Amino acid sequence: MSLTADDVKKRNQGLIEEVLKAYPEKTVKKRAKHLNVFEEGKPDCGVKSNIKSVPGVMTIRGCAYAGSKGVVWGPIKDMVHISHGPVGCGQYSWGARRNYYAGTTGIESFVTMQFTSDFQEKDIVFGGDKKLAQVIDEVQTLFPLNNGISIQSECPIGLIGDDIEAVAKAKSQQYAGKTIVPVRCEGFRGVSQSLGHHIANDSIRDWIFDKGQSKAVPFEGTPYDVAIIGDYNIGGDAWASRILLEEMGLRVIAQWSGDGSLAELKNSPKARLNVLHCYRSMNYIARYMEETFGIPWVEYNFFGPTKIEESLRRIAAQFDDRIQEGAERVIASYQPRMQAVIDKYRPRLAGKKVMLYVGGLRPRHVIGAYEDLGMEVIGTGYEFGHNDDYQRTAQDVQDGTLIYDDITGYEFEKFVDTIRPDLVGAGIKEKYVFQKMGVPFRQMHSWDYSGPYHGYDGFAIFARDMDMAINNPVWGLSRAPWKEMRD
Amino acid sequence: MSDESTRIVDHFDLFCQPKYVDMLDAKKRDFESAHSAAAVAQAQDHTATWAYREKNFAREALVINPAKACQPLGAVFASVGFEGTLPFVHGSQGCVAYYRSHLSRHFKEPASCVSSSMTEDAAVFGGMNNMIDGLANAYRLYKPKMIAVSTTCMAEVIGDDLNSFIQNAKGKGSVPEDLDVPYAHTPAFVGSHVTGYDNALKSILEHFWEGRERVEGGGINVIGGFDGYTVGNLREVKRLLGLMGIKATILADNSEVWDTPMDGTFRMYDGGTTLADTKAALNAKATISMQAFCTEKTLGYCRAKGQETVALNYPLGVAATDRFLMALARLSGQAIPAEIEKERGRLVDAMADSTAHLHGKKFALYGDPDLTLGLTAFLLELGCEPRHILATNGNRDWADAVQALLDGSPFGAGCQVYAGRDLWHMRSLLFTEPVDFLIGNSYGKYLERDTGTPLIRIGFPIFDRHHHHRYPVWGYQGGLNVLVTILDRVFDEMDRRMVALGAQGYSYDIIR
Repeated sequence: MSLTADDVKKRNQGLIEEVLKAYPEKTVKKRAKHLNVFEEGKPDCGVKSNIKSVPGVMTIRGCAYAGSKGVVWGPIKDMVHISHGPVGCGQYSWGARRNYYAGTTGIESFVTMQFTSDFQEKDIVFGGDKKLAQVIDEVQTLFPLNNGISIQSECPIGLIGDDIEAVAKAKSQQYAGKTIVPVRCEGFRGVSQSLGHHIANDSIRDWIFDKGQSKAVPFEGTPYDVAIIGDYNIGGDAWASRILLEEMGLRVIAQWSGDGSLAELKNSPKARLNVLHCYRSMNYIARYMEETFGIPWVEYNFFGPTKIEESLRRIAAQFDDRIQEGAERVIASYQPRMQAVIDKYRPRLAGKKVMLYVGGLRPRHVIGAYEDLGMEVIGTGYEFGHNDDYQRTAQDVQDGTLIYDDITGYEFEKFVDTIRPDLVGAGIKEKYVFQKMGVPFRQMHSWDYSGPYHGYDGFAIFARDMDMAINNPVWGLSRAPWKEMRD
Repeated sequence: MSDESTRIVDHFDLFCQPKYVDMLDAKKRDFESAHSAAAVAQAQDHTATWAYREKNFAREALVINPAKACQPLGAVFASVGFEGTLPFVHGSQGCVAYYRSHLSRHFKEPASCVSSSMTEDAAVFGGMNNMIDGLANAYRLYKPKMIAVSTTCMAEVIGDDLNSFIQNAKGKGSVPEDLDVPYAHTPAFVGSHVTGYDNALKSILEHFWEGRERVEGGGINVIGGFDGYTVGNLREVKRLLGLMGIKATILADNSEVWDTPMDGTFRMYDGGTTLADTKAALNAKATISMQAFCTEKTLGYCRAKGQETVALNYPLGVAATDRFLMALARLSGQAIPAEIEKERGRLVDAMADSTAHLHGKKFALYGDPDLTLGLTAFLLELGCEPRHILATNGNRDWADAVQALLDGSPFGAGCQVYAGRDLWHMRSLLFTEPVDFLIGNSYGKYLERDTGTPLIRIGFPIFDRHHHHRYPVWGYQGGLNVLVTILDRVFDEMDRRMVALGAQGYSYDIIR
């Protein structure tokens, strides 16, 4: 039995009212601003965002450190990223994001390592600057091929008044102008990961672009040079994207920051165009490069053939005929394979309903890929989106879609338990909750240990994975046959 | 539609394709300012030398790939072991996201926990309002029977007063006056996750026991400690208690909540020590801790209350299980039944069957203090040599305890104990003084890759293998599981080596 659009809206409104009833009065007002039913034609999704999470509600959000070390800086492979403070932050984020890279770990690449100053009580009492200086010396001794160092501040650093900038400057001088970047991404700053992205972007601006200490890297430009901004190479996403840009005739001079290197960051101002995938986490540096170096930027979406095609043409439109013809050639060359993938999976997935709750760009960017498979996204929301994300989302969602910003564990559980979608796409903290309910689930941060999902090569994997999540026989086994039928 | 057109090539094979290999080679050559292959190879070789090892062991400040986490993780782990209990961590919210992810990745289960979501203003003015609002919201939404408060380092650095905050919150009606809200200070810059387990458990016992008079009964309490195998282990302990006819209280029994069924219902809370049993546990005759280093303060508190305490170190293998069972028998007055004795015989029998493949094999191992003690004891029983034994969160007492085990066995001669060292130290050890096998958590796979030492996964966290936490490693049954885990790898390694050497007609035996 299918619901009409009005039925859906009414149900969703009712659901919002119902979950709000569970909160204390003060919290009802706060949470009400974050939940809405999308009305077609509205310029945004009608929710407030980027506001402090309410204490005690089981927010899914992380912190500024996670945004800086975990997202933006961590994937820069030839630098050592020091988790500066107690041991936990670096430990829990160690190797967890699947930012793939090519390189020899522990020698010239350091992505899947955990470097920490492991603060003890005396460091809190007496300050950690001396220890930090020694940590940097020891990094230099043991990892002579590191190309740079970043200092990722954990909560205590900003609270005990350490001067990590002074340590970074002094050590940079000592080591012949080495790039050493202090990052003030203490976890208590801001309301989510998002401020960490911003702080990390600013630290690249201030300590890599602006500092005389950053030695230039030899570089010869071409008219077709672009930089990929905001792709973290989860499961190889950036590689599956880069290959398409190169096949259409562009030259990718930098990847920010998946499989990225310090040299690529430094050379980015020589790009002719910045192509921006994760707008949320890296629009800051794209805007800065536009204002300072005059480099235009264009957003793109490499999830699913429809959006990929649109995006390739949008990017190509910034260049000459050669590139535009290249884009058409690429689109045409992958078309038969994409059609075969769709022919195989669409019959198995058409009409299936999906609820999403993810980070940076995915709550809107993956909608097209689901639609290519005939699936419908009926609810979506951002962990740490801002108003401009929800404006963009309004272009991608259908009338009546349930919108939830900074959703709480309680709300998500109620929404899913009532709506019973065919698939939920969110993170590891949500995965098992919904699977216990009998609802198929895919982690849409880590690609559930699969991927890549970007690009044409990625879409085939995406389609397979969604099929295998939804159409696995296990979902039919959850109810013991001797129990009465539920309905 | 041909099969070829929809053959799905994912990351395993995709990036081995020439088009990607060429692309990545060009990227490296043209844009990365990468070091030459020769320079990389030279640096890599250098890390395998004694000279590098000396520099590595001279480190005083930098910690690389540690095998420990921070206190609140242990506090959350202990707290969910009580009936209907919601862990509430006062401080920054990102920490809670991390604990939840970490625990979910190991147990493949939901991990429910809330944060008071402190931000800059709380850093300046303190987190009282966060506590007041947080407790109110958590109580209304998740209807816990108990809220167990612990702290992140942020709250500890600014010195928030948990007791007065909670009293204030109760005064303002955030939660009922009579709701149990124990609290523990769990600074991340002191100790590790095992310390946090201890602090949280002690705070919960204090909450229920303080101000009450103890009337000694015959009961026994058992504490599991922080344990990646808590599901299998606590169930095994309960089975053994059942066989012996002992009614004991498992304190912080999280064996259910980390293994809930998939039957259409999400259980935020499941099982756990009841609050009534927790209260009554004060009157127990004795408390047995399966992990002494996880429960130093808690056992001290039990002793202060007049209980006898028995401190074990992860009873793994024959003698350690013997000691556990004999302690139970002595304290309860119950005999060890024939059925358990038979299990013991079966474990010894299995060990005897396999000695030829284990005798004299060299191992390196790392993990939490009690786990490494338990494993060391078992390896020595098997006639293996635990050459390098490392605990990042091990202290002098731990090192002495391991040394005592080594001194008690001829197989311990020449074995070394490393307290406070990390996995980058271990890397140097494996290069300079190679062993046959490494025992450790999932992060050991990086050591396996770099040094070629085959990894046997026993520890926490295990992220990249599934379901082992459901099987016990304690007791004779558990010993058998560990024995088989080790043997499987030993045999796999023999076969893998011979396949790699191209051997066909020799040493690739069908019978072993």
